[in-house]
Amino acid sequence: MQKRLHYLQDKLVMAIEIEQPSAHVGLSKVAVSDTHGEDSPYFAGWKAYDENPYDELSNPSGVIQMGLAENQVSFDLLEEYLEKHAEASSWGKGVSGFRENALFQDYHGLQSFRKAMASFMEQIRGGRAKFDSERVVLTAGATAANELLTFILADPGDALLVPTPYYPGFDRDLRWRTGVKIVPIHCHSSNNFQITPQALEAAYNDAEAMNIKVRGVLITNPSNPLGATIQRSTLEEILDFVTRKNIHLVSDEIYSGSVFSSSEFISVAEVLEARQYKDSERVHIVYSLSKDLGLPGFRVGTIYSYNDKVVTTARRMSSFTLISSQTQHLLASMLSDKKFTENYIKTNRERLRKRYEMIIEGLRSSGIECLKGNAGLFCWMNLSPLLQNQTREGELALWNPMLHEVKLNISPGSSCHCSEPGWFRVCFANMSEQTLQVALKRIQNFMEQIRERDGNLVISSQ
Amino acid sequence: MVVLSKIATNDRHGENSPYFDGWKAYDMNPYHPTKNRDGVIQMGLAENQLCFDLSEDWIRKNPKASICTAEGVDEFKNIAIFQDYHGLPEFRQAVASFMGRVRGGRVKFDPERIVMSGGATGANELIMFCLADPGDAFLVPSPYYPAFDRDLGWRTGVQIVPVHCDSSNGFLITKAALEAAYEKAQEDNINIKGLLIANPSNPLGTVLDRDTLKSLVSFVNEKNIHLVCDEIYAATLFSTPNFVSISEIMQEMEYCNPDLIHIVYSLSKDMGLPGFRVGIVYSYNDTVVSCGRKMSSFGLVSSQTQHLLAAMLSDEEFVGNYLEQSSKRLEKRHNAFTKGLAKAGITCLKSNAGLFVWMDLRRLLKEQTLEAEMALWRVIINEVKVNVSPGSSFHCSEPGWFRVCFANMDDETVEVALQRINAFVRQEKDGNNKAQGKRTKCLPKKLQLSFSFRRYDEGLMSPHIMSPHSPHVPLSPLVRART
Repeated sequence: MQKRLHYLQDKLVMAIEIEQPSAHVGLSKVAVSDTHGEDSPYFAGWKAYDENPYDELSNPSGVIQMGLAENQVSFDLLEEYLEKHAEASSWGKGVSGFRENALFQDYHGLQSFRKAMASFMEQIRGGRAKFDSERVVLTAGATAANELLTFILADPGDALLVPTPYYPGFDRDLRWRTGVKIVPIHCHSSNNFQITPQALEAAYNDAEAMNIKVRGVLITNPSNPLGATIQRSTLEEILDFVTRKNIHLVSDEIYSGSVFSSSEFISVAEVLEARQYKDSERVHIVYSLSKDLGLPGFRVGTIYSYNDKVVTTARRMSSFTLISSQTQHLLASMLSDKKFTENYIKTNRERLRKRYEMIIEGLRSSGIECLKGNAGLFCWMNLSPLLQNQTREGELALWNPMLHEVKLNISPGSSCHCSEPGWFRVCFANMSEQTLQVALKRIQNFMEQIRERDGNLVISSQ
Repeated sequence: MVVLSKIATNDRHGENSPYFDGWKAYDMNPYHPTKNRDGVIQMGLAENQLCFDLSEDWIRKNPKASICTAEGVDEFKNIAIFQDYHGLPEFRQAVASFMGRVRGGRVKFDPERIVMSGGATGANELIMFCLADPGDAFLVPSPYYPAFDRDLGWRTGVQIVPVHCDSSNGFLITKAALEAAYEKAQEDNINIKGLLIANPSNPLGTVLDRDTLKSLVSFVNEKNIHLVCDEIYAATLFSTPNFVSISEIMQEMEYCNPDLIHIVYSLSKDMGLPGFRVGIVYSYNDTVVSCGRKMSSFGLVSSQTQHLLAAMLSDEEFVGNYLEQSSKRLEKRHNAFTKGLAKAGITCLKSNAGLFVWMDLRRLLKEQTLEAEMALWRVIINEVKVNVSPGSSFHCSEPGWFRVCFANMDDETVEVALQRINAFVRQEKDGNNKAQGKRTKCLPKKLQLSFSFRRYDEGLMSPHIMSPHSPHVPLSPLVRART
């Protein structure tokens, strides 16, 4: 059966929708699957926000967006830079540089930009690791970088091991078009959700039991949603594990510049350097400017691989997802200014730390504890004492009123595949301090209501 | 040694094709009007460089369109955080409106159907992910753009089944050829999911007439397969006959299932902005729009670029003038080039669009074979020192045709290229046997280029292989040329 469509002058209008046995006749399996993940509660909260967004003046009772890991605390530094540096905006050689820039589609990327990225990555790691600009591959965002790497490291049906809880977008980025599976490495609050060698082995065995070939481990360091860095000893254990199994390690270090104290972040790059790069050809780092610089719209991602073949192949594949030359030019300029980047990194860190302390203190005074964090744009909040049922349903029964009554969009741990119910990721850097205070007040009121209503801090499912 | 995926280790990236040797020859020895008059002239790159003065002028006059200027920086924050995969509404509006202008206002495009992607490269791959499963196939008329093999198939696992067209009828796509290709695929147990055409055609530079387009639409409706129309060269039309877009056919045909029709577009050719990575998928199928939009997360257009182009493309006066000028300048360049070739006794397929001509060198072949075409090509690269693209790289079934780009250089360079070609043809005519004997002695069997000062070995840490889409711009004479 076919749909009949009536054409108006301007628009295509669906006149009569005729029920079809298979609405998606003729599309690919990828197109009709729901592996894009948008039906998860993670996205439902966003929709609620979109429909009723908080605004200090025009909509003070709207939903406050705390589900978006954006960094808005340091824009003034970027704007100030632009105001002082005309060359970033004027295409380099006055407007005549426009032509050269507009034509530049070399998948190696602007050399000046690659160099600036490599140098920025070094600065973030306090100079404790070196990055060769020839190994920097550019992609349009970390979303593209993670998918691209998966295409290169695994075949359809194979798996990557990913520690839980993890960023919900991985379900789409690593699996959707690649056909690759995610097998979780279960982490628990009993040891602050750290990755243990036992958990790694268990995940590997889980995959084997399902007849699935494991091609690599993908970690996020600092972690999303935990907001904490991975310890050196854990990194060593993970490296030993992947070497033993002869598989890959992808370290998504997208929040590396958002660590509150520089000395607390250990990059896998440092561990490799200490090992004189032995067995390093299995290691690949993903980075982006979306979090540290707060520029998600610019689509700037990178893959840094210690494997020559991966660099070559990734570079070829990046043709599908190159960074706009206009944006490369702007950022090359900005990131090569070492004085600017040093000040930015330091100031940004400090502001995030302050923000973090503010939210932790506010939550604590409401009787809520969080996982001890030291990085990121969010905290990992423990509401498990409030659950009537220590189940996913119990967690969602708490999340629902949070969203629709308290009007805070926070992300339930189940959407991050956390094995323990009751944890929530709460973002704090995508709003003004005033808005954060409003959010904290709402939480405080909510907690008081619960105490009054139930007396023993339990949320009943409705 | 840790193992990579099959996709990573197969050849479907296409870079091992001999086609790339022309680029390498150019990269190693690029022509320059004063510093390297003996260098290789790049005529293998389909870029539109004739109208940058117009864009530059607009940018100078509209500083607010840039978020980095004093006039525009107040928008910086809003633009920098905007990562919605729907795209900036004003950008979608501007692109839809531009697409309509390019089609002479004969059809309107709905901004709600505009889906972004990483250039047309990304768009073609994305639409394949939406329409076909690994192992499925798309019919593609040959000769076709070489990178379709990579774009349509590398990561998607989709195959191309060529529909061979040849000079016996001016390379037209016939219903018979389509049916034959389709039937053969059925026999071979290949599942055809659709037909992909490029209109205007690369490498032919021709447009499809109304009747052919209608018959293609009938064909896909009959077989219930998809039709993807890559209209990336739509605004490079410089002469009659008119360009007819599939979107116009949709309006005219009484019965056409819109769920089967999809357009791929980009600003890389029409506006000369390949660096900005503006690819568009425009589908009449709601599910494809929805799914494609989610997939566009893997290749969104930089919000900074969306912001600039939203302003530029909604400037109706600028757009009108640009399209008019571009067309005029392309016509002038095309005529100058084809006349020059004609003087040398070389004919080209009659064309009215594109940034290239489809040059007929069949009579210069020793024999009508692929090997003879490649032998001639090596001579053109090594001796005439012009990088042209051999028809075989476009999967042309008829040897002897070459695609020659003419819009990526200034007038003087065009002259030099024509002189060299002229001299070569005369030499071929006059000293045929003698020259042949001389040449076959010096010519190596395979195109061996020495890479003494460039590291080529992929095993080394820092590969320097350039993509065919990426000239080493700083060395190009075009940087210093004025239009």
